[in-house]
Amino acid sequence: MEPTKTSNPEYYHKVVDCQYACPAHTPVPEYIRLIAAGKYTEAYIVNWESNVFPGVLGRTCDRPCEPACRRGRLEDKEEPVAICRLKRVSADNRDEDLFQEYIPQGPFPKNGKRVALIGGGPASLTVARDLAPLGYEIDLYDEQPAGGGMMRTQIPSFRLPEQVLNDEVGYILNMGITTHFNHYVSSLQSVLDKNYDAVFVGTGAPRGRNLEIPGREEGAANIHIGIEWLQSVAFEHIHSIGTNVIVLGGGNTAMDCCRTSRRLGGSNVKVVVRSPFAEMKASPWEKEDALAEDIPIIDNHVPLEFVVKGGKLVGMLFDRVAPVYDEQGKRKLVSTGEEPVFIEADDVIIAIGQENTFPWIERDLGLEFGKWDMPVVDAITYQSTLKHVFFGGDAAFGPANIITAVAQAHQAAISIDLFCQGKPLHVRPHPMTNLVSAKMGIHEWSYDSMVTVDDRFKVPHADKSISLKDRKVEVELGFDTHTGFLEAERCLNCDVQTVFTENRCIECDACVDICPTSCITFTMNGPEEELRTRLTAPATNTHQDLLVSDLLKTGRVMVKDEDVCLHCGLCAERCPTSAWDMQLFSYYSPKAGAAS
Amino acid sequence: MSYVKPAFRHPELPRNELGYTKHDYEGGLSTLCAGCGHDSISAAIVQACFEMNIEPHKVAKMSGIGCSSKTPAYYLGHSHGFNSVHGRMPSVTTGAYLANRDLIYLGVSGDGDTASIGMGQFVHAVRRNLNMVYIVMNNGCYGLTKGQDSATADVGSVSKAGSVNPFDAIDLAGLALELGGTFVAQSFSGDKHQLVPLLKAAMHHKGFSFINVLSPCVTFNNNAGSTKSYDWVRDHMEATATIDLVPLRTEITTAYDDGAHQSVELHDGSTIVLEKLAHDWNPRDRNSAVRALHAARDEGRILTGLLYMDEDRPNLHEILHTTSEPLNKLTHVDLIPGASALEKINAGLR
Repeated sequence: MEPTKTSNPEYYHKVVDCQYACPAHTPVPEYIRLIAAGKYTEAYIVNWESNVFPGVLGRTCDRPCEPACRRGRLEDKEEPVAICRLKRVSADNRDEDLFQEYIPQGPFPKNGKRVALIGGGPASLTVARDLAPLGYEIDLYDEQPAGGGMMRTQIPSFRLPEQVLNDEVGYILNMGITTHFNHYVSSLQSVLDKNYDAVFVGTGAPRGRNLEIPGREEGAANIHIGIEWLQSVAFEHIHSIGTNVIVLGGGNTAMDCCRTSRRLGGSNVKVVVRSPFAEMKASPWEKEDALAEDIPIIDNHVPLEFVVKGGKLVGMLFDRVAPVYDEQGKRKLVSTGEEPVFIEADDVIIAIGQENTFPWIERDLGLEFGKWDMPVVDAITYQSTLKHVFFGGDAAFGPANIITAVAQAHQAAISIDLFCQGKPLHVRPHPMTNLVSAKMGIHEWSYDSMVTVDDRFKVPHADKSISLKDRKVEVELGFDTHTGFLEAERCLNCDVQTVFTENRCIECDACVDICPTSCITFTMNGPEEELRTRLTAPATNTHQDLLVSDLLKTGRVMVKDEDVCLHCGLCAERCPTSAWDMQLFSYYSPKAGAAS
Repeated sequence: MSYVKPAFRHPELPRNELGYTKHDYEGGLSTLCAGCGHDSISAAIVQACFEMNIEPHKVAKMSGIGCSSKTPAYYLGHSHGFNSVHGRMPSVTTGAYLANRDLIYLGVSGDGDTASIGMGQFVHAVRRNLNMVYIVMNNGCYGLTKGQDSATADVGSVSKAGSVNPFDAIDLAGLALELGGTFVAQSFSGDKHQLVPLLKAAMHHKGFSFINVLSPCVTFNNNAGSTKSYDWVRDHMEATATIDLVPLRTEITTAYDDGAHQSVELHDGSTIVLEKLAHDWNPRDRNSAVRALHAARDEGRILTGLLYMDEDRPNLHEILHTTSEPLNKLTHVDLIPGASALEKINAGLR
């Protein structure tokens, strides 16, 4: 293998599994260390800078970081660090005054450029936060009476208290954003007519999928579309639901609908889903929470019809199916041929997915639409074919999640800034990186190198008898600061890198002998595939790189498998010549206004 | 602040026939200097015991005093051990060995512990052909007392402080050969490919197995001009042969060049396969081993690998016709055979 080019920041970036997996590349270990140090406001700032809504995401994030967490690879039963809940610890314990000192305070000197944001959800708000301090004059349009978009309309209060959302939306709107709430944009042309320098479309995926089966029209009064129903609950247009409720669908919206139903009078709430339980789209923890609220999840049932008697919905018929997989592993649901199952229901909520819809965009503006009637958007610049119109969030490439919307919006903001400055959009600004030794003295490092053996801590929940009575009582109570500290200590500090300097190495093997997880090998070089077979311990995880040195004096190379390195620093601790050093690697994704 | 070794190990560590991973053969965290050759030897011992499927409770780790003699704390944490007086490891081992012949005796010593204060004990252990492995972690200096020249420092070797050693070195391997050692080898802490099979062969050998391992002292004797530094040893090493130990009941699968390879069968049925690199050398001919050692020394080379072995010489128990059972397994009946046995003895004396 060629010697690893560690001068390319992407190499060390990839070693920080959580940060690499995060769409916004939030520096996770950095804020976890700050939490351990009790510097909650600073930890919050690290988050806010990167993901804009730490309090919201600390409760609702899809957490792609956690399955990536190295800790989960260490042993069979070892679980990842509770990254998401630690984020909440930083939000819950921040000092508001100190936070205000850290963030840019307006009024900002204007740069003479005007930008319109259509939609007031996470994507648009992120663009607003990135561009406002640069002097852009920003108009935000949303049909709702308040900002937040789907974070407000689709996430129930028992998962995300309104105050948390109001605070974080407020930080942005207070930057001098001109808001036009209760203003449905029914024509893009009308916005373009206002001669903005750029327009950002962050309208999400606002249409819930319908289910057109017999009885749909007859029972319409008691059949609801999930996201619309959640929105009506959020804005207090709906206060109750029938005793017997069926929720159709297996995603997180279905979980929110069933749990909300439990709080609005549904005592017999069931989730009915086509797919097998294990293949449901909902996050495992959301399913757990639903089950914990006595909501059975009935899988492998395909809806056949809504049963209406005397003009009123009384239940639904389902066909029982079994999954059959072909050679490619593609699933087909095949009927078992049994009698259809009747499940009684006073109300049915359809939560089987959502989709994009752009009835308000005229098709003669030069803004091209492609497959599935989606706008044609550049995957890097987020620019549409109408040069000054940009897309981001679910509106760009279909439904994903909040953190993805934020990440895309950062990129769109960069593009808008470049566009308004007349610069080429494909010359993107670089991330800001740094690599600096963590050595403080003999046996002393600037991070807590000891690896704790604690299991992942559980987040306490509010008593069900209380939380089920009031939809505004938050179920998860969050970690207290002590538990937060203990959980933070589980972090392996993967951003403190094992940096190897060939010409200092005397090949004494001290690092090989001490490494607890047998990551290091000195051997003759070879092609990667073959090299992986003769390392000290099996290196079977090809998603993780090998760090390969240049030739050493004996003609061998040093090979380190990054897979289960604990970043404990013992290699550097036992190295007599400091050929190994632990160095803190920082990686900050570029933001609008950064030099390219 | 001190440091501890994390509890996590690689999740896919291979297991040996006993179901143990290498982790099960580890000891405490070393307190030797970072980069000490002794730590590598400890790791080689762990590796060898793991590969040989040794049950840890069947091993006794014996040592004297010195940096070398601290190391039993750093390997085989589940084995027996005796950390004895300076230079007295051989006599304590002799006692233990006579009492219980079933254990594998793994003695470690240093150049001071063996070639200075313990010399009198060492030579008798060789001469009596104790069934033990005697490892000298040889760094040519007294590391524990800040690096004075030891008796194995080569003449002309320059210390870290700049003084030149005026005395000839004691050649421990040569001495072991002269005194009738039945397994004599030399190796280097930085070459586990050679050291691990040598350790395995030494543990299989039913007699006194001596391995002189050059083990650089990074703190006091790894300077330019030293003949026990990593660089010097690497540049001047010359191996008698590559060595491979093929355990009993295992088919020899490696293809060896007929002219150059030699097999030595051990009493337990295992085989040592040597791919010879040195000319005019036969591991079963003591004279050729002595000649090869001298020739290498004259050329300023360090001859490593297996130098000599003799599978036929009786070991101490065989010489003394002692009981075949360990003393702790002898029962009342064995120890007090009764009047009729006494009668027999008396009759034999009449």
